Amino acid sequence: MLAIHNVSKAFGPTPVLHDISLEIARGEIVCLLGPSGCGKTTLLRIVAGLEQADAGQLLLEGQDLAGVPVHRRGFGFMFQDFALFPHRNVFDNVAFGLRMAGQSKAALRGRVLEMLALVGLSGLEARQVHQLSGGQQQRVALARSLAPNPALLLLDEPLGSLDRTLREELIGELRGILRQRPAGKDEPAGITSIYVTHDQQEALAIADRVVIMNAGRIEQIGAPVALYRQPATPFVARFLGMENLLPGQIVEGAPGWLTATPLGLLRSAAGPVDAAAGDSVLAVARPDAARLVDLATRAEENLVAGQLQEVSFRGSQVKITLSYADGQRLVFDLPGAAAGDLPAPGQWIQIQLDPAGISLLARSVDAS
Amino acid sequence: MHLPKPWRLLFALPLIFLAIFYFYPLLSILGVSLAPEGRLDLSGVQALWTRPYLAQVLWFTLWQAAASTALTLLLGLPAAYIYARYDFPAKTLLRGLTTIPFVLPTVVVGVAFVTLFGPRGVLNDWLMAALGLASPPIKLLNTVWIILLAHAFYNAAVVVRIVGGMWANLDPRLGEAAAVLGASRWRRTWEVTLPLLAPSIAAASLLIFLFCFTSFGVVLILGGARFATLEVEIYRQTVNYFNLPLGAVLALVQLAITFVVMVVYTRMQARSSLPLNLRPQSMTVRRPATRREWLVVAGVNTLLMLVLLTPLLALAVRSLTLGADAPTLRHYLALGQNPTQSVFFAPPVEAIRNSLLFSLAAVALSLALGLLAAYLLAGNSAHNRPSRLARWLDPVFLLPLGTSAVTLGLGYIIALDEPPLNLRTSLALIPLAYTLIAMPFVVRSLLPALRGLNPRLREGAAVLGASPGQVLREIDLPIIGRALAAAAIFAFTISLGEFGATLLLYQPRYPTMSVVIYRALGQPGVSNYGQALAMSTLLMLVCLVGLLLIERLRVGDAGEF
Repeated sequence: MLAIHNVSKAFGPTPVLHDISLEIARGEIVCLLGPSGCGKTTLLRIVAGLEQADAGQLLLEGQDLAGVPVHRRGFGFMFQDFALFPHRNVFDNVAFGLRMAGQSKAALRGRVLEMLALVGLSGLEARQVHQLSGGQQQRVALARSLAPNPALLLLDEPLGSLDRTLREELIGELRGILRQRPAGKDEPAGITSIYVTHDQQEALAIADRVVIMNAGRIEQIGAPVALYRQPATPFVARFLGMENLLPGQIVEGAPGWLTATPLGLLRSAAGPVDAAAGDSVLAVARPDAARLVDLATRAEENLVAGQLQEVSFRGSQVKITLSYADGQRLVFDLPGAAAGDLPAPGQWIQIQLDPAGISLLARSVDAS
Repeated sequence: MHLPKPWRLLFALPLIFLAIFYFYPLLSILGVSLAPEGRLDLSGVQALWTRPYLAQVLWFTLWQAAASTALTLLLGLPAAYIYARYDFPAKTLLRGLTTIPFVLPTVVVGVAFVTLFGPRGVLNDWLMAALGLASPPIKLLNTVWIILLAHAFYNAAVVVRIVGGMWANLDPRLGEAAAVLGASRWRRTWEVTLPLLAPSIAAASLLIFLFCFTSFGVVLILGGARFATLEVEIYRQTVNYFNLPLGAVLALVQLAITFVVMVVYTRMQARSSLPLNLRPQSMTVRRPATRREWLVVAGVNTLLMLVLLTPLLALAVRSLTLGADAPTLRHYLALGQNPTQSVFFAPPVEAIRNSLLFSLAAVALSLALGLLAAYLLAGNSAHNRPSRLARWLDPVFLLPLGTSAVTLGLGYIIALDEPPLNLRTSLALIPLAYTLIAMPFVVRSLLPALRGLNPRLREGAAVLGASPGQVLREIDLPIIGRALAAAAIFAFTISLGEFGATLLLYQPRYPTMSVVIYRALGQPGVSNYGQALAMSTLLMLVCLVGLLLIERLRVGDAGEF
């Protein structure tokens, strides 16, 4: 539905986007995920028409968007700070886009109330926006951007200014609204959306596809589970919270996948498509791949013994840091209940790694 | 705002206006002072050395400004302290009252001081009656003391606003931290508070110095023939002796000194921006705790209100009681008549009409130009960063603030009385001068509102389908509406009371209120004096109402959180 072709952008001498290409299908929710400064918000603003690309093309249903000013694109945009109009109440904020579209006050009333009901704010029409809580403001902003029935919804860190608890509560709700909006006469149920965030959990929870960006380039595109299972680059692995990167060499290719690493031979469930024995790779041991086993256990695969360095109890999880042979560190999350079985820091422990929790990255892409 | 190209040319209008009605007259002054006959002739400049009288004027101008600044600090600093650190009943009202003098026209203040301290003034009348004296005991009029006092009266608000604003937001924990580290009360003041306040005290002092250095109305009315600042001397040379070249030379000297002080002021402002952790005022004020603290608060307030309010009250009361045993409106009613001994051909009420028309024209023009200038300066990029051009232009739009009204009037007389721009006999000259004087205030009022306008709001409206025009109407104007109204009132009160430029530029057939008051004050007879009192009181009331409205419209500024 929307095609982004070779878009580049620089602010003065600083390049922010290099040759970005991306296609978004109707009804799809695509998350742009990356650290701050990676260019994701700029890309979103270019799609909205709030910034102009230096090079490249945007096609909406095959129509070039060049020369279509922001107010004629018919997109919705949710800002990180919501940008609710402070001089208008809740009703008038939600009605704004409908009014701009030329609807009369009487005609738009129903739609506004429908939108407020959708976001669970019925009855608050007459409130001033500064009287609302952060979560309520977020809902008004969502209702406002959905009211004119946008062809494409653009969300710029829509939960970014809310605190952690509220954010987790709203992730599910937002996903529900974007997915299950009651279908109209000629419209499919889902809302085509581009969602910008730096929070990997948010992205993985909401997106159909995640686009991971770094320094103005796309690192990897994929469905959330696929990304998590098979990160393509060390950057993606680290950004998704996988800190245990081990250089290694494939000893046995598909389907057995055995890799020699500083931890010894590691069995993994999958590997890069074209990799074969002898290739250099990076083995990524995900934090949730470890299981505490008895020190006496021997003769099983993927056993790692190390000195326990730090224990950080987080409730449902316990984060452990252990150092192996040459002083390198590994970080794992164990189930919280395992905290009781851990010895004091400084003692040796042994863990076993689930082959499904180990990914192999082709070494050639290792730039970092 | 993404405006179509031709519309962007509109933003050049304020610059064109400045070029014609500010820089061109100033350059003309430069030309006349250095080359009165068309070729370089420095005899005018030499007069500064050869005529000791002029050196005296310069010396007096400098030292009275310094002395006035010192006196103002003496009055203002204690007030700044109690308003910054204590919470007490009626504080908002009292602090609002301290700003009153700031908006009053100089003629009104002059008349008020004459009414209070003059030989036939309220104080002397009262003392003579009470003590049975034959002659007035207070002989302040036409002395330097009344000039200094009037300057302190005028500028105390500057100290309360600038220093007090800084003081109020200083983190009290800094002092507490010093106390924990063993600093006594005195050491805390000396080592923590004063160094942190020093930049704001210096900034306030320079500003006050500048105001007093170019003081005109106060010196002219209260100093009499004995005293002249450069500003007054420029006026006398121009109007009384028609010595335009000498007036121009003096204006040049004044401009040079003003410019130096302005440069120091802006430098200091730039350097004084310590990365302070400013606290909201609610965290820094407290109720006075001890009897001593209550006494200090009450004492400072009493002194301040005595100095600030008694002249104004004396003026209002006298306007109703002059020459009568019971309060009467006869001086007000006389404004509508045209007695033969009146200085002007027309009844004074026509001066009120003239002033209103001139001021309204100036409001319209300065709002239009000021709005364009403010947009130009605020920058409309999505990131709300002013462009390089804007940063360079910002001080340019402030320049008229540093130029005295009399200099401006002189510049208009020299520059705008010959083709291509012969406006000498045009009634437009006065509104144009008012516009120029009011524009910096308009720009200053609008700029924070525009800069504070979240650019996401405009973008949000645009994404929702609002065209640039609709964004302006639906977002910008409603949100900066209060600032716009405040700017309009600012421009109106400034224009209504303008004195210096008016005195040089007005046409006898169309006098303004300030001119009529000044002229009537110089005439003998109770009825002339009574009319001056009545008209001053009216002017004062209009300005007070304006001040009240501006305070109402104030959008929480940084100093207020």
